Amino acid sequence: MLDQKGLHLRAAFFQAIRFFFQEQGFLEVDTPIRQPLVIPEQNILPIPSGTHFLQASPELYMKRLLAAGCEQIFQICHCFRSGERGRLHLEEFVMLEWYRLDADYMDLMEDCEKLFAYLRSAMTGCTFPVQLDLPWQRLTVEDAFQQYCSVSARKALEQDQFDQLLVENVEPNLGQGKPTFLYDYPLELASLARPKPGQSNAAERFELYVSGVELANGFSELTDPVLQRSRFEEEYAKMGSDNRKMPEQFLEDLGSIDQAAGIAMGLDRLFMLLLGKDNLEDIVTFSVDDLDE
Amino acid sequence: MYSASDLRKGLKIQIDGQPYIITQFEFSKPGKGQSLYRCKMRNMITGNQFSQTYRSNEKFEKPALEERKMQYLYNQGDEYHFMDTDSYEQTFITKEQLGENVNFLQDNMDLDVLFFDEKPIDVTLPIFVNLVVTVAEPWAKGDTSGNDTKPVTVETGYVLQVPPFVVEGDKIQIDTRTGDYVTRVKE
Repeated sequence: MLDQKGLHLRAAFFQAIRFFFQEQGFLEVDTPIRQPLVIPEQNILPIPSGTHFLQASPELYMKRLLAAGCEQIFQICHCFRSGERGRLHLEEFVMLEWYRLDADYMDLMEDCEKLFAYLRSAMTGCTFPVQLDLPWQRLTVEDAFQQYCSVSARKALEQDQFDQLLVENVEPNLGQGKPTFLYDYPLELASLARPKPGQSNAAERFELYVSGVELANGFSELTDPVLQRSRFEEEYAKMGSDNRKMPEQFLEDLGSIDQAAGIAMGLDRLFMLLLGKDNLEDIVTFSVDDLDE
Repeated sequence: MYSASDLRKGLKIQIDGQPYIITQFEFSKPGKGQSLYRCKMRNMITGNQFSQTYRSNEKFEKPALEERKMQYLYNQGDEYHFMDTDSYEQTFITKEQLGENVNFLQDNMDLDVLFFDEKPIDVTLPIFVNLVVTVAEPWAKGDTSGNDTKPVTVETGYVLQVPPFVVEGDKIQIDTRTGDYVTRVKE
């Protein structure tokens, strides 16, 4: 269990994040934690809750709020993913998501820079393990694979080695000294992101790393309902799933969004780094072991 | 069978017919990517170590390991003989397999012997053993070197550091996990 000092720091951390987004003109929202349908994603296992599922992310409903006319929204919520348990994974964790209309992934990178600068000034008693002065490192996925794996990202994907090379060879080098934005992912690894104009097999998706730890995943939203439907179908096919229900209302709403960008940041991981720890169990209010009866 | 999600530090699995214990474990999963189970393992027979990353769909056999209560009898060269206290069956383990444990074996000592496929591969010693000091240099009075321990040899031939007051013939307690002196034992 987190001690008194830790609880106060955790509270100050959430307050500072809320204050930052309110100052930037974002509206704080909350969306259903129990969802009748989850976005088809091959590598995310949802946790059932009666007839529904616990959210793996509020993404779908956040985008429906964009379609309803919200221009800048954020949410801090608990998310749930089955089977993810390790030093940097919890089956229940705290996510920060924010979305902007008429923005792209580059705008979100700037948001990250501003948010961290604000947190550094607001969070007394915490230290970022890296320098935050601009510019931060920006590295494309392709360049990262060439540099750290001597193989193209495309080839790694074809050989089903992408994830392992990313984790073992690339990630430990990222966010060292300064944060790193790893960006322009292969299209098939970004089923909700917009293809990069003029580069048909890359998507406008990025991940933010600090000290080798992946903190956030953001992208320019795919807003074409037809294309989104076919991406979901591809994802269902990869999963070999029988139930291929589509989030029809979401797909319909998507048609009314012209351009948008959204990002999800793991707040437990960020808080862990600010406290100089290396295991999430040390910084959550109750660790998994604390819960065991 | 174990699946990849069962993997954790300390778990024993069988690979290519050999028993392995996982000595280091890390779960990894890049954003939107697949779960990776990164293991460092030690072969429980040869001691060889290796690292391997597994995916969600992999399965592992449980090694046929069994612990039996046995008594240490004697050694003949490099062969250390043990007897099952229920069936009186005897078996031996080589000095190489026993490793550091040979330092703490006493005749008639009760312990657990680990078998893999009916073959003994390791022993679990009691945490504390009492052994007689066979060689101890007298403490040099007026020693100003500042050392507060001295080396002694015990009945098994094992050499360790003890406080200066320990003399030849004393019985001392040793922690078998660390090989360190604990206390002098009065009988």
